[in-house]
Amino acid sequence: MTEKPIQPKKEEKAPASGQIRQALLVPALAVLTGLIIGAIIIIITNEKAATAYGNFFGDPLAALFASWEAVATAYGSLLVGSFGDPGKIINGLGILFSTGDSSKFIRALYPLSESLVTATPYIFAGLSVALGFRAGLFNVGAEGQLFIGTLASAFVGYSLVGLPWFIHLPLAILAGALGGALWGAIPGYLKAKTGAHEVVNTIMMNWIAFRLSDWLLNGPMKAPGFRPITPQIETSAELPRFFADPLRINWGFILALLAAYGVYWLLFKTTIGFEIRSVGLNPDAARYSGMSIVRNTVLVMALSGALSGLAGTAHVLGVDRWVGQGFSAGYGFDAIALALLGNSHPLGVVLAALLFGTLRSGATRMQSMAGIPIDIISIIQGLVIIFVAAPAIIRWLYRLRNIKSDTTVMVRGWGK
Amino acid sequence: MPVLELKGITKAFPGVLANDHISLTLEDGEILALLGENGAGKTTLMNILYGLYKPDEGEILVRGKNADIHEPNDAIRCGIGMVHQHFMLIPVMTVTENVMLGIEPVKNGLFLDREKVARRIREISEQYGLEVDPNAYVKDLPVGTQQRVEIIKVLYRQADILILDEPTAVLTPQEVEGLFKILHTLVQKGKSIIFITHKLKEVMAIANRITVLRGGRSVGTVLPAEMNPEKLASLMVGRQVSLVVEKAEAKPQGMTLEVKDLFVRDDHGNLVVNNITFEVHAGEVLGIAGVQGNGQTELVYSLTGLLPSLSGTIHVAGKPIQNTSPRHILEQGVAHVPEDRQKHGLVLTFPIHDNMVLCTYYLAPFARGVVLQEQEILATSEKLAKQYDVRTPSVFVNAGTLSGGNQQKIIIAREFSRPIKLLIASQPTRGLDVGSIEYIHNRIIEKRDEGTAVLLISSELDEILALSDRIAVMYKGQFVDIVPAASVTKEYLGLLMAGIKPENAPAAPSGQRTIEVDL
Repeated sequence: MTEKPIQPKKEEKAPASGQIRQALLVPALAVLTGLIIGAIIIIITNEKAATAYGNFFGDPLAALFASWEAVATAYGSLLVGSFGDPGKIINGLGILFSTGDSSKFIRALYPLSESLVTATPYIFAGLSVALGFRAGLFNVGAEGQLFIGTLASAFVGYSLVGLPWFIHLPLAILAGALGGALWGAIPGYLKAKTGAHEVVNTIMMNWIAFRLSDWLLNGPMKAPGFRPITPQIETSAELPRFFADPLRINWGFILALLAAYGVYWLLFKTTIGFEIRSVGLNPDAARYSGMSIVRNTVLVMALSGALSGLAGTAHVLGVDRWVGQGFSAGYGFDAIALALLGNSHPLGVVLAALLFGTLRSGATRMQSMAGIPIDIISIIQGLVIIFVAAPAIIRWLYRLRNIKSDTTVMVRGWGK
Repeated sequence: MPVLELKGITKAFPGVLANDHISLTLEDGEILALLGENGAGKTTLMNILYGLYKPDEGEILVRGKNADIHEPNDAIRCGIGMVHQHFMLIPVMTVTENVMLGIEPVKNGLFLDREKVARRIREISEQYGLEVDPNAYVKDLPVGTQQRVEIIKVLYRQADILILDEPTAVLTPQEVEGLFKILHTLVQKGKSIIFITHKLKEVMAIANRITVLRGGRSVGTVLPAEMNPEKLASLMVGRQVSLVVEKAEAKPQGMTLEVKDLFVRDDHGNLVVNNITFEVHAGEVLGIAGVQGNGQTELVYSLTGLLPSLSGTIHVAGKPIQNTSPRHILEQGVAHVPEDRQKHGLVLTFPIHDNMVLCTYYLAPFARGVVLQEQEILATSEKLAKQYDVRTPSVFVNAGTLSGGNQQKIIIAREFSRPIKLLIASQPTRGLDVGSIEYIHNRIIEKRDEGTAVLLISSELDEILALSDRIAVMYKGQFVDIVPAASVTKEYLGLLMAGIKPENAPAAPSGQRTIEVDL
């Protein structure tokens, strides 16, 4: 046996820093490219810039200056809206140290707090879709599972009165997870037993969830009064906030980070995750080696649903404290993009969720300060997703060497 | 002037130099064999010639003129035709329709002119002795005839340089002879042929000249008259190879696998295993021979729980296992080396260490409760990789980046290292290099001598002959006969493989016989 490997194939030992850098490279460049194209759109739609370009050959500097001003104003206010005004933060810090009065400082942190508040449901929902991807399942039903989970936790939150918080709060959270899990397990079971494709079924389950919630909010769960909203949840079911009003950052954010670690642990450190990843990457080999496709499909869809349910639960118990019609800002759908951007890895999902959270919450300020419509953020998000989903574009744009990507099979073929 | 000349063809893939300045010439009216192990660069070279890959360096001359080949259509224009290993035919269409696909002639400006094509097919058939009915549906034709259709397709496109990629892989010995006759007729009528193979005996039988590739380089062109199989094998591998599997007499003991009256339907509802009864004893190898697609695959699937059986019983060591789950069957001490190693045997995007525990990850010491014990998994994988000679820089490498032989060794390591009573090895050396074949054969015999019952399924007759103690021949879902391996000839098995019952066949001559591995 003196046969030698044909050519020296250099291969890295264990996942090293180089691999992590490569995994982050394409998403980072995708975000950058999205922002650049967003800037171009801002310039094109800016009246002052447009006028200046009309006279480009008369005064090219003016045109360039107008462009710069338009973009700087837009992205500047986006940044301030996302992270806060550095001047105000320093000022607040000064007051805190000189007088011990923290109110100014806390108020200055409001934008940052809001970014994290927005990121919280994104983390949960992104994990939900990512977990599905890992098992080769495309859970488009995160939004519906979120609705059901939210309503279940709100119901437990307002209907049980007089419980101590350490019983009531866990119960409300559990209800949210179970509600979502149920809504995810149904299409999972249908897929496993009958082969009905989960994309179709989860979309249908979404519609059932939306109309069901309309009915519940206008009927059985409606608070006294005219508006279709639930009663306020009991204080004992609230996720505590870290600071006084107006900062709404609460324990939900910590729970989301814990959930991300939990999903990571489950996927990569346990036999359950080993099965999930095997089924996702090669269901034939999984079956050959004795894993049950049926059990794994139902399990993953239930877990995925539970995470979606928690996305809404964290928001209702930590932020809104009641549920009204259309309470989700499409978290469940953005979650698909998040999972893609995060390469279905819990850490990637957290980073992507933080990005989306800051963009979303900064966009409101950008609209009011710079007059840029909030939709520009949707355009940038859309572009980022296209670039992440078609990394060939990014590689071509930045002349990257063709890196062999064999990480995750997102979704298996349509049908079986 | 040579018909075809390749000069200094070089092609690199990331991490591999698939072709390293390969040159070869094809003379007018000759059969040139291109011999090499899997991964030697044969297929890459031919794909370059056929315009499927672009070479990094080198040039192609057709009849002395520089040929600019960028896509298959250019190759066809130069008169180059390729018969692929996997047929590119549409089963539900007739021979005529398959031949005209892509260049359909039209009559009256609108309608397909099938008659014209059929006439041309008959002409070609007559000219080259390629018997085939133009109006037959491809799905009704035996494999050997389907291959003829592929050759006709190429000739219809007026190719005079034919490339045949491993053309004998799917044929019975009799069909191979038929093919060789056709090839001789073709060269007599002025065609030139490149015959790609890794089988030494075929090369000796058919080639005018032999170009041997090894590790992406041409190691020389030789004449068959100057060669014998041993010399060719060492040229191909680069070292001395033993072509004979050394094994002692089997000492069969108690019954390990007992199959009675088994019926199995495939996914399409066809009855593919039709009343099969047999047993395998501890310490013996039962070989199942047969042309691919006669129900062997489904038989194995039903034994391993991947496909339900319709009726009948299967017992392993006395316990019934029919229609139980794959895990239950594995836990009875059954090891399965699957026919399709990339589909069933491995998760290619998993590192080697995860593949090593694919069937045992949930058992101690690899898991405690639901928590994987990474240190144990790594230590065991490293030990197994060393013990089973998996050539890899480390066990963290993804299985998909290894060569076929090393991928198969991962599966062998995983399956053989468990405590097993029954080994089901399906096409265990398909597509592997000589070195790996030798290695795997020796391991299988080793398992047999340890007292494991071995069920070997192979479409390579020589492999069956080399390893088996008894041989069953499967044809259309049934066992035509089960014979002791010591007293059977290849010719007799060939007849059985074609479905000819023993009572109609000439009696098997007995006597001593040397067994060689088909390389």
